[in-house]
Amino acid sequence: MLYRECGNYKDTYARDMAIFPIPFDRWGLGVMLVLAFLVIPYVASNYWLSSIMIPFYCFSLAALGLNFLTGYAGQVSIGHAAFMAVGAYASLILYGRYGIPLLPSILGGGIVSAAVGSVFGIPSLRIKGFYLAVSTLAAQFIIEWVLTHWKWVSGGVFGTVDAPDLQIFGWIIDTPVKKYYLVLCIVVPLVLFGKNLVRGQLGRNWQAIRDMDVAAEIIGVSLFRYKLIAFAVSSFYAGVAGSMITLAYYGAANIEEFNLLVSFQILGMIIIGGMGTVLGSFFGAGFMVLLPIFINQTLLALLGLETVPSDLRANIELIIFGGLIVFFLIVEPYGMARLWHTIKDKMRLWPFPY
Amino acid sequence: MAFFLEVLFNGLLVGIMYSLVALGFALIYKASDVFNFAQGDMSLFAGLALVGFLTVMPLWLALICTIGVMTILAYGTVFIVFRPLVARPPLILFMAAIGLSFLVQGIGQSIWGTQPKGLFLGIPEITFDIKEVFLNTFDLTFGGVAGVLVVGLVLFFQKTRTGRALRAVADDHEAALSVGIPLLRAWAVTWMIAGIVATVAGVAWGSRLGVQFSLSLIAYKALPVLILGGIDSITGAILAGLVVGAGENLAEVFLGPYVGGGIQTFFPYLLALLFLWFRPYGMFGKEIIERV
Repeated sequence: MLYRECGNYKDTYARDMAIFPIPFDRWGLGVMLVLAFLVIPYVASNYWLSSIMIPFYCFSLAALGLNFLTGYAGQVSIGHAAFMAVGAYASLILYGRYGIPLLPSILGGGIVSAAVGSVFGIPSLRIKGFYLAVSTLAAQFIIEWVLTHWKWVSGGVFGTVDAPDLQIFGWIIDTPVKKYYLVLCIVVPLVLFGKNLVRGQLGRNWQAIRDMDVAAEIIGVSLFRYKLIAFAVSSFYAGVAGSMITLAYYGAANIEEFNLLVSFQILGMIIIGGMGTVLGSFFGAGFMVLLPIFINQTLLALLGLETVPSDLRANIELIIFGGLIVFFLIVEPYGMARLWHTIKDKMRLWPFPY
Repeated sequence: MAFFLEVLFNGLLVGIMYSLVALGFALIYKASDVFNFAQGDMSLFAGLALVGFLTVMPLWLALICTIGVMTILAYGTVFIVFRPLVARPPLILFMAAIGLSFLVQGIGQSIWGTQPKGLFLGIPEITFDIKEVFLNTFDLTFGGVAGVLVVGLVLFFQKTRTGRALRAVADDHEAALSVGIPLLRAWAVTWMIAGIVATVAGVAWGSRLGVQFSLSLIAYKALPVLILGGIDSITGAILAGLVVGAGENLAEVFLGPYVGGGIQTFFPYLLALLFLWFRPYGMFGKEIIERV
């Protein structure tokens, strides 16, 4: 009885096409936004803001980007961190070297990344399945190579570029709270835009391609156009996420922040969170960001393992991390978004058993 | 010309080693549709185990023990990880393999430590030349071992009862089940063979680079080999390994200086992409014909 679809009359076209037609969802979203904008910045400590919330939002955005590509359009990419790196370096070059204002630089990073992403999307027109997945690794290795070998891009030594002070119209963004707001104000509109994207014509076309690309082509979906758009949009989101991670979280761009492991983590986020759902990207990112912290601070303490040497601890972390991924895949193969679905089903009937 | 041949031969010898890793991928993919990302980590695991056993026993016993450990690992993997995931979409299995790679790597390094270790097998490393082409006994030995392994695998798959059963499973799971082949046991045997292949690869690479974390990264060298040859083809894995090994070595030596070096990391991928553009299923991969 808590979650009701009934009694919700769609008497205008606008209401019929509303992004959240069910009042419960609208209220839920409202509450989440109030929490994110008004409560968390004042309740959470600086550590929570700068080491958990900011990476959580950034990785959610990156995961959402990959979800467009893999979850909606069905093209697996295991080199997605490379597109984040492109966005990061591009926005740093735009902002730090050419003095373009902050917000246009971040979006510019996304656009450069989208351009690079669509180039690496070209093989998807011929190659499918795991062949494609492996060839997206090419993006990872080629982009890493370019970033470390081309002096013009990386500038400094070993491809590390420091981020200059952030400011918008003289408003200096230096404290974790301000950075939190910067990230949040970019993430929220992009996520809403993304949500609209996937429920519109574009999202439908992507899903048609995912379900069966030959059939999609026959009913008139241009594979060439929509696969490349999927790569471009996906890399745009990844690029924006990467540039925010560099600017607001790490404070310097380094190729190690975007290595292969990060690519796997993003892929893990969408698989654990739920493929083909916007919400799942957030769940997955939360899981992946919180898991190492949880393992490090809670689980090892519970097991009485704080005293073991750090290299062994790193390995125990690996074991728990891998074990949890496998465990999660076994118990909930459709991701955490499916769990949320189950909860909604329960709430629909609550307090009655059926 | 002699220099060209030398680069070519050394590339080919490295290529055989890539083939070894790619072979492990191809075997498992063929039999169980799992894209086993943990193959590189299995090599690391085997290398670590061998070094660990070598401290207390002679080489031949250590090798047997290592293969025993890899068998246990194979059975554990199939029955704990992949049995509950039967009939799930390939992407889920792929992710499970990534999780498995963390697990294997973590377990191996917790037992035997993270310090890089040398692995000396007593194979002499003598460089000699045939008409000014410099070769190395060490590389040649492993080239030979890999060759023997490949021939052995081909014979096993073509001539033995178990091998035929495995090929039946690879062709069609349900048909294999219906004629009475135990699917899970067949998978376990496949993983065991992949474990043995991983052991050979781990020993070969380990005695060349030292047994350490970076050993698991050879998987990324083997992946372009795999897609170039065709994901489910054993012949493809071997031929593509040779092509990639020779290609990347030639590219690094003759092309590298013009673009700043270090192109070995991605050249195989470019090669594979270029080839796949014309043949999307690699050299010998099974072509999937789609119908609406």
